[in-house]
Amino acid sequence: MPDPRPSGVSAGSPAGAAHAPRQRRWFLRFDRGWLLFIGALVLLALLVFAVGEKYAVKIPIPALGITIQFGDPYGRIIQFLFDGILTTLKLTIISFLLILVVGVFGGLGRVSHNRFISTIAWLYVEIVRGIPVLVWLLWIWFALPQLIQGAGRVLVQACEGSSAGWVQAITCPLGETVSGIKLQPIPAAVLGFTFAYGAYMTEIFRAGIQSIAKGQMEAARSLGMTNIQAMRYIILPQAVRVILPPVSNEFVTLLKDSSLVSILAVSDLTRRGREFVARTFLSFDTFTMVALCYLILTLFFTRVSTEIERRAAVEKR
Amino acid sequence: MPDKIIEIRNLHKWFGRIHALDDVNLDVETGEVLVIIGPSGSGKSTLLRCVNHLEKPSSGHLYIDGVDLEAKDTDINEVRTEIGMVFQQFNLFPHMTALQNITLAQRIVRKRSGEEAERVGRELLERVGIPEKADSYPGQLSGGQQQRVAIARALAMNPKIMLFDEPTSALDPEMIKEVLDVMLDLAQTGITMLVVTHEMGFARAAARRMVFMDEGKIIEETTPELLFTAPKHERTKLFLSKILEH
Repeated sequence: MPDPRPSGVSAGSPAGAAHAPRQRRWFLRFDRGWLLFIGALVLLALLVFAVGEKYAVKIPIPALGITIQFGDPYGRIIQFLFDGILTTLKLTIISFLLILVVGVFGGLGRVSHNRFISTIAWLYVEIVRGIPVLVWLLWIWFALPQLIQGAGRVLVQACEGSSAGWVQAITCPLGETVSGIKLQPIPAAVLGFTFAYGAYMTEIFRAGIQSIAKGQMEAARSLGMTNIQAMRYIILPQAVRVILPPVSNEFVTLLKDSSLVSILAVSDLTRRGREFVARTFLSFDTFTMVALCYLILTLFFTRVSTEIERRAAVEKR
Repeated sequence: MPDKIIEIRNLHKWFGRIHALDDVNLDVETGEVLVIIGPSGSGKSTLLRCVNHLEKPSSGHLYIDGVDLEAKDTDINEVRTEIGMVFQQFNLFPHMTALQNITLAQRIVRKRSGEEAERVGRELLERVGIPEKADSYPGQLSGGQQQRVAIARALAMNPKIMLFDEPTSALDPEMIKEVLDVMLDLAQTGITMLVVTHEMGFARAAARRMVFMDEGKIIEETTPELLFTAPKHERTKLFLSKILEH
């Protein structure tokens, strides 16, 4: 039974259910969040194309009868930052997908009846959340390679020091591969984020799973379903709707925190900004642009996640 | 002599310091309708939930159709396919339609084909009186309709035993009758039923035996007529006087 909705927008419009909903849906779609996003885009466009002491590049378009002027310094800045934007996006999206995987398994581990599994999951969350993400990134970039090298050395020594055939068969090839591992900046960053954020995502999934009423699991089990079947068909589908808001929130947080990789020699948006400033000393203009770029990205993804949340809530009915 | 499909021996259950079940011994015969009554906290729901192992007994044994539930090599999921349970809060799966609720376990546990599961599902919906609601979601159904779907969902597995844990306690009064009618209808079919309820009318009409529980113990166990007209124990009389008044 449809419940009467408060019709602030359509007050005064002629009787017609056909009018009110359409108006409202349009209004909601184009709410102030989207307006802010568009405002930021317009600002960026103005800065890049219209502001500046001298115009660095003029691109005439005779067909339209106009000339596009690439402003200076903002035009130059955005050109330099562009690669960084792509790197930031790639880094965020790839890390996020891996973080989701860690979150699912971590969350299931946290609620597992197996004492060993649930303890490991709990330890992971407690330890990882207790250390700042920046410190984890530093550790993985500086400390982890030394750990790997050390392990490689131990394996190689075991390989050379032993005469038993089976020991050599294991340690020699393993020692070689491990010693040869060289951590590149971007994989290191992805590893760092996956590891660190996975703990937070684990807790989000755990809370989502536990928020599903106990009766659901009982009904599923009483029908003869195994734990895994119950999770797959009953609990997780319902949990997904519950965790969509915090999960999309984590994506935006990750997007901003990705700026931390600038200290790891990864040329993301922030680092490109710093590089440009180091060369040109245009700190005000550059960092304003960097900030604006991040803002546009986060505003966009926040709008997307709001839409997703809205659709998920509607579907539930 | 009909077989004993449920045998409960020296069952104890503790929740921390609370002795929820205190040395319970009970046999249920195949095809019997047994109604369990008692004040809240008496352990009747706990006893019911021990039968399909939703609660693990602290000590004692439960035999379902000869199978020891506590034995290490017992596959509890297999046993549970033979036991259907109807909950006070219905516990329908909200993200699935009524028909999907009924066919899911048939497909993934009993491994029936989609067509067969749907056929069985529609038959059962017909039987509980709401065939037109097959594609409705639980949120669109009334309480009475939801509970009837829940009964159909449990019956779809063709269980040997049906457990009812206060099935009408969460319903508005005008919907209680429709659910009890389904249960009465079911009682005629010869399936073993264990019902925890406060609905004395149902007990009188359908139960072969009734059990009164208090503080984790079975106090009295007899036919409905004898229980209502000539209860032997003081506590039984006290409880009945409270609920039979109105």
